[in-house]
Amino acid sequence: MPDLLIELFSEEIPARMQAKAADDLKSRMTNGLVEAGLTYAGAVAYATPRRLALRVDGLTDRSPDIKEERKGPRVDAPEKAIEGFLRGAGVRRDDLIERDEKKGRVFYAVIEKPGRSAEEIVAEVLEDTIRNFPWPKSMRWGAGSLRWVRPLHRILCVLTREDGSDVVRLDVDGIKSGRTTEGHRFMAPGAFDVTGFDEYEAKLKRAHVVLDAGERAEAIWQDATNQAFASGLEVVEDRGLLAEVAGLVEWPVVLMGAIGSEFLDLPPEVLQTSMKEHQKFFSVRNPKSGRIERFVTVANRETADHGATILAGNQKVLSARLADAKFFWENDLRVAKEQGLTAWTDSLSNVTFHNKLGSQRDRIGRIAALARELAPVVGADAELAEQAATVAKADLASEMVYEFPELQGLMGRYYSDAAGLPSEVGVACQEHYSPLGPSDDVPSAPVSVAVALADKIDTLTGFWAIEEKPTGSKDPFALRRAALGVIRLVLENGLQVSLDRFIDVQLVRHKGHLIDGVSDDDVTDLISEIAEHGVFGAAYRTLKARRNGEKTDGLDAMQNEVPDKSVDLLSFFHDRLKVYLRDQGIRHDVIDACIEMDGNDDLALLVKRAKALQAVLETEDGENLVQGFKRANNILSQAEEKDGVEYSFGADPKFAEDPAETALFDALAKAEAKIAPAMKAQDFETAMAAMADLRGPVDAFFEAVQVNADKDLLRRNRLNLLSTIRKTCLQVADLTRIEG
Amino acid sequence: MDQTITKPRSFQEIILRLQSYWAGQGCAVMQPYDMEVGAGTFHPATTLRSLGSKPWAAAYVQPSRRPTDGRYGENPNRLQHYYQYQVLIKPSPPDLQDLYLGSLRAIGIDMALHDIRFVEDDWESPTLGAWGLGWEVWCDGMEVSQFTYFQQVGGHDCHPVSGELTYGLERLAMYVLGVDHVMDMPYNDPDASIALTYGDVFRQTEQEYSRWNFDVADTEVLLRHFEEAEAECARILDQADDDPKTGKRIVMAHPAYDQCIKASHIFNLLDARGVISVTERQSYIGRVRALAKRCADAFVQTEAGGFAA
Repeated sequence: MPDLLIELFSEEIPARMQAKAADDLKSRMTNGLVEAGLTYAGAVAYATPRRLALRVDGLTDRSPDIKEERKGPRVDAPEKAIEGFLRGAGVRRDDLIERDEKKGRVFYAVIEKPGRSAEEIVAEVLEDTIRNFPWPKSMRWGAGSLRWVRPLHRILCVLTREDGSDVVRLDVDGIKSGRTTEGHRFMAPGAFDVTGFDEYEAKLKRAHVVLDAGERAEAIWQDATNQAFASGLEVVEDRGLLAEVAGLVEWPVVLMGAIGSEFLDLPPEVLQTSMKEHQKFFSVRNPKSGRIERFVTVANRETADHGATILAGNQKVLSARLADAKFFWENDLRVAKEQGLTAWTDSLSNVTFHNKLGSQRDRIGRIAALARELAPVVGADAELAEQAATVAKADLASEMVYEFPELQGLMGRYYSDAAGLPSEVGVACQEHYSPLGPSDDVPSAPVSVAVALADKIDTLTGFWAIEEKPTGSKDPFALRRAALGVIRLVLENGLQVSLDRFIDVQLVRHKGHLIDGVSDDDVTDLISEIAEHGVFGAAYRTLKARRNGEKTDGLDAMQNEVPDKSVDLLSFFHDRLKVYLRDQGIRHDVIDACIEMDGNDDLALLVKRAKALQAVLETEDGENLVQGFKRANNILSQAEEKDGVEYSFGADPKFAEDPAETALFDALAKAEAKIAPAMKAQDFETAMAAMADLRGPVDAFFEAVQVNADKDLLRRNRLNLLSTIRKTCLQVADLTRIEG
Repeated sequence: MDQTITKPRSFQEIILRLQSYWAGQGCAVMQPYDMEVGAGTFHPATTLRSLGSKPWAAAYVQPSRRPTDGRYGENPNRLQHYYQYQVLIKPSPPDLQDLYLGSLRAIGIDMALHDIRFVEDDWESPTLGAWGLGWEVWCDGMEVSQFTYFQQVGGHDCHPVSGELTYGLERLAMYVLGVDHVMDMPYNDPDASIALTYGDVFRQTEQEYSRWNFDVADTEVLLRHFEEAEAECARILDQADDDPKTGKRIVMAHPAYDQCIKASHIFNLLDARGVISVTERQSYIGRVRALAKRCADAFVQTEAGGFAA
């Protein structure tokens, strides 16, 4: 049972790719070996900046011999067919055997595949693995055509048995396998030979290479936290950074250094971002003040001066970086204090947001107007909401955000505070981009909510207005994320907002610019009428009537565009809502049933309905009620179609013949008495519960009574009774949409 | 060996040592290209010579301009005009990393005391339609060089692959000389009778250009120049291969490429003036790339580009 050791030695592999590359090496090799008929006891893969390594223990020596029979033509088949079979099977005529079968005497070829040696199989699988390795990005070098992540220099491949170890011979584009590797580039230059894994790992360690990335990360973290602790400080935890740094070194040496005192007043986020992004430094915090005071860097070597030169160099680089950050910070603060954030906002008129949707300044103006309109609905002060929206993106023009785009919003908050703006405004600067993803926190401060909603609705309506909707996997403007953001802002803050109104208003603002011949007056008038009437259609009709006799080309052009886009965008919201609610365990047919109801642009109301419906469907009464309802509805619909009338006249209990029929009349009246006030209070649970109570009487009715009675009066009265059931049951949701 | 190498004492000594080191490695030491460029890569000795199959090895200093990096000579590290040292070897030799480390030793970096690292940095020049894989090389956390294996230039696959090394000379020299502010760095021998610092040579020009780049450059003129360069590049490449006067086949890849360089630099100036929006940026970059691609197409039709008549 030999053990296999493989090492692929190359120029420096990007840190972020190492872990997956080690996994890929392991799975590709072991899968290949197993497919070729070998088995093994265990396999472990390793990665350092310069090597991928794999040990496979307890590999079988050979793949088993395989005897395969292949059925051929009948013995009396034409000669050509038999020859063809011989060629295909790779056997001679003498090797064929004959067997009697139902259809006659048939040739069989017996093909014996002798097992192959582990050497042969390993060489084949390894070459295939190297040539087809799934690097995220690979390259060629020199004059060759082999692809690897960076130039590949050595292939080490040995099989170790008790009586010695052998190199598995292969040659990949001129790189011949061997048993040679190298240690640390600087601390232990030169090559050495190994015979197996234990020796390999031990010799590497002597040559200043820690093979295992986990061991390197652990050593870094231990040493960093110890050094920080000794100074009464703590390392800011960052697992991603730790993994990355462990992938940058073969021999980690942790060094802690001080941040120049002139930089300690920079916002901690700026220090942290600058140190991490540019230098891969860990931040070291003073737990008492919360300030970042030192840094930890990880060198790749020991030196005679115990890292003094390296640390001094790193410190100098950091100072230069932070000098830049400080320059930006101080310049920005000066602008914020002297000119206010609106100076930046105004300068954004030079920056195009999208060539059809105008400049960033134009966009901010639209968002501010909408934030003002949204304010009362979300419980925010309208002035503050408008002010916050006007400056929320001002920091895009600041130097700090130009340098560190990931600090957008946060810097806005610092600069807003520096400019003396109300604290709600600063908070909104920071929070209005949120939520960015499904797990990101949702702002709850009213001003932030107003600006966040306005921002997202403006983006969505804008791209809808110019027909740039997401298609398939393409969503370059992150519109799905924006819609989910609106949904979460509304639902998680429990807001009752009729989205139609705000979608329409913002579509009017966009379309007013996009359509020729729409005047500013048209836009202003439409917006104020939408505020009055709640939707575009009514606003349009009112204005059209008021401007009787005047030219209304602009208005008519808007009428041709806005309502369709509005409906389409609302249904996009509904699609995203379905995804959102599905993740919360709400059935898609339940949501569909509720979307059919009026007021479906009020997402909170919609969800309330859906939750009530889902709850009742989980009860036996609810499930059966739906069946009863469907039965009633089917009979009624068929009759209505056949008769060409709608039975909605109202049934009269005095024509009831059967006690079950009378009981249903009573039950419906009782239910309605409960449902009406519940619906008024939007208490869908109570309403649904009252409906579910109808299950017994409805079942009993169908049990006892034939709806399509011979007597016409009786039949009509019963159909009208079914119509009452339908009317009653359709108040919360369209139950016809419920599946099953 | 490290002990025998003395520390350089001035900016120019570092340049001279790099020149002699790479000359010793067999590179043709070339002179800077006589046009405004953003980086040494734009020199035709790199951009064009990395195309085609003919072997090539060149090293040179290239003055480079990045208008947006201007800081009026006040920032210790940022300059709108600086020098890059550029090495291009095709095909990339298998020991290129070692050759590179040798160059660091040559300028006095003691490998036993410093921490040299190769940190992933894939290089892409959208304006040149070029990309490659490689690293930024860190010395004690400071980026001292870019190390790139060219994969594509001007939309053409590189066969064979060139290895490109780019040193940011000021930054590297400041580090080696132990200077904190670029303007304090000795430019020539500090013991010379007329000792000059980097600031003596460049502080004033940094101020002048920073002002011009950020606030004064006439954007309308620049926009016009951009369009003119673009048109001229296309016009040059539209000419027939055969020169009617000499009767020879003369494909004018280099004159056309000059116009591409010009357009690229004007774009950088416009960018510094803050008049190019995010979406417009893409379209300008695309226009320059289109020129670069046509120039690359033309170069591979020349003898130096491997064209055999």
